[in-house]
Amino acid sequence: MSATYEVRDSESSAAPPTPAPAKVVTRTPLPRPSQWTQARRSLRRHWQLYLLVIVPLAYFVIFKYIPISNAVIAFKNYSPIKGPWGSDWVGLKNFELFFQNPVFWTLVKNTFILAAYTVLASFPIPIILAIALNEIRNGRFKKLVQLVTYAPYFISTVVVVSMTILVLSPRLGFVNDAIGLFGVPAVDFLGNPDYFRHIYVWSDVWQTTGYSAVIYLAALAGIDPALHESARIDGASRLQRIRNVDLPGIMPTAVIILILGVGNIMSIGFEKAFLLQNPLNQSHAEIIATYVYKTGLLNADFSMATAIGLFNSVVNLVLLVVVNFVAKRITGNGLWS
Amino acid sequence: MSVTLQGFRRTGKSSEGSKRTAIEETRTDKIFLTGVRIMLWLALIVVSVPIIYIVANSFSSASAVSAGRVLLWPVEPSIKAYQQAFSDPLIMKGYLNSFIYAIGGTLISVTLTIAIAYPLSRRTFYGRNVIMSLLIFTMLFSGGLIPTYLVVQDMGLLNTRWAMVIPSAIGVWQVIIARTFFRSTIPDELYEAATIDGAGDLRFLWSIVLPLSKPVIAVIALMYAIFQWNSYFDALIYLKDPGLYPLQIVLRNVLILNTLTGSTTANNLAQQLEQQQLANVLKYALIVISSLPVLVIYPFVARHFTKGVMVGAVKG
Repeated sequence: MSATYEVRDSESSAAPPTPAPAKVVTRTPLPRPSQWTQARRSLRRHWQLYLLVIVPLAYFVIFKYIPISNAVIAFKNYSPIKGPWGSDWVGLKNFELFFQNPVFWTLVKNTFILAAYTVLASFPIPIILAIALNEIRNGRFKKLVQLVTYAPYFISTVVVVSMTILVLSPRLGFVNDAIGLFGVPAVDFLGNPDYFRHIYVWSDVWQTTGYSAVIYLAALAGIDPALHESARIDGASRLQRIRNVDLPGIMPTAVIILILGVGNIMSIGFEKAFLLQNPLNQSHAEIIATYVYKTGLLNADFSMATAIGLFNSVVNLVLLVVVNFVAKRITGNGLWS
Repeated sequence: MSVTLQGFRRTGKSSEGSKRTAIEETRTDKIFLTGVRIMLWLALIVVSVPIIYIVANSFSSASAVSAGRVLLWPVEPSIKAYQQAFSDPLIMKGYLNSFIYAIGGTLISVTLTIAIAYPLSRRTFYGRNVIMSLLIFTMLFSGGLIPTYLVVQDMGLLNTRWAMVIPSAIGVWQVIIARTFFRSTIPDELYEAATIDGAGDLRFLWSIVLPLSKPVIAVIALMYAIFQWNSYFDALIYLKDPGLYPLQIVLRNVLILNTLTGSTTANNLAQQLEQQQLANVLKYALIVISSLPVLVIYPFVARHFTKGVMVGAVKG
């Protein structure tokens, strides 16, 4: 690599070049060209790269950013003929109607409890599984457990919900057979709103624990073995080493996963709640996402559905920012700086 | 199998370290290890029992299933449910559609993902930070269901096969994974050498970067394929014609809404009962049939999946 090419490359790069190798030191530092000059040079020299991104960028504009601008219909009375921007403004009417609707608090409560319960249950269990796997020396058994617990992650939501319904079925499911052994009469789990949250959360734990554990296992593998060795020399038991070496070691990973979990608290999955719903458990199973679907696509009230969706997105974004801020303050780790 | 075994070896490093001192294990540690082992057995049982239960039922006779006599081993083994499933036109159509969406969607998604991830990985690409922020913002905030629906409607995609593959074509996560891979494995010197030989950016991407990036392309392709195979939400909101339904929608209709496919040709009570019973077994068989393609490739993918997730998370 000759010095000429070093120079050429740094000229056209937008960011300052990486620390210059010794041989470049000889050249006199050029005055940094203006942003526009840099952009024009880069465009001329690398036009093919710009050509490449046109279609993907168009995708993001059309399917991600136009919808954001379309969300303006939350403040309008949407008319399909006039289009999102041509429709008449109604101000905050849709939001007021939604907040006054008796269903509002039920929706917020259902969504929040379901999401918080999911985060609480699915946060510690993968950590426990990962640490347990990490303690085991028997390679084959360990791999078997990993392979099996990871598998449900790849099964579709429709199938997981179907399995749940079949397994819990009052007439055929083995869960009712099992509790029948203790003389308990068969329970219609899905027909009772009180069970909905438990079913939702624990089927989720069943599906995702193995997957999340793998992430922690990778973090555990990254811990310096010297720490374990010196702890052992100091006479630390396995339990003490877990508490004082492993747990602090996976802390950054755990914090990020917790932030992501809490950040998603209001955008909790439409798919599963919708599939598990039936007329009997509606009172606990109706969450914001499913209500948006019903208002918007089944009742065709586009403006109202958009307003509810927008409310949800904003709350979600605020939550994510706040949680990230708090996590950074407490642990020094966050999603972004 | 061997692929997976290799894949998980990586995470087992720290336990290999403790192997050397196995003799020094104290009594409390031994008790502790036994507890750990029991816990892992429990995890194994809790995860696998529902799966075994479903498989066992799917291979049992209709009357045994309806009487709830099947637990973990097929009772009165039968493959009638599978025969029924494979001869049902709606189910087969759904299967075919899902394959079309998975393969077509993956091709489109991978192409577009590389087309944006590669320029974003190059230092000489002006504006890459702005574009990256724009992409990441879409992960944090979206217009919502209806505004997106309106776009799909305006583009004339409603109720077409395109609605299944275009609106969800690019995943930002996959872009981050691919970009990180390009950035960390393709040295700038390689590009400079190629330029001296007269290659342009596209030529370099095609002849040098892509052949070197087969592992990451495989990972994101499999991620997209599995995602596409398992997705049903887009189909639920964008498709109306049953001829276009992917397997997951057919499954939902049969398994959750209890709409039986095919016509009831029963003309007496006994036949009706038999059909009713067969419909029960059919549910179990359908679960197995629909999950099989994914579960067969999963052991080969698992390791890459994890690696991809880690790359994206650590360096993203």
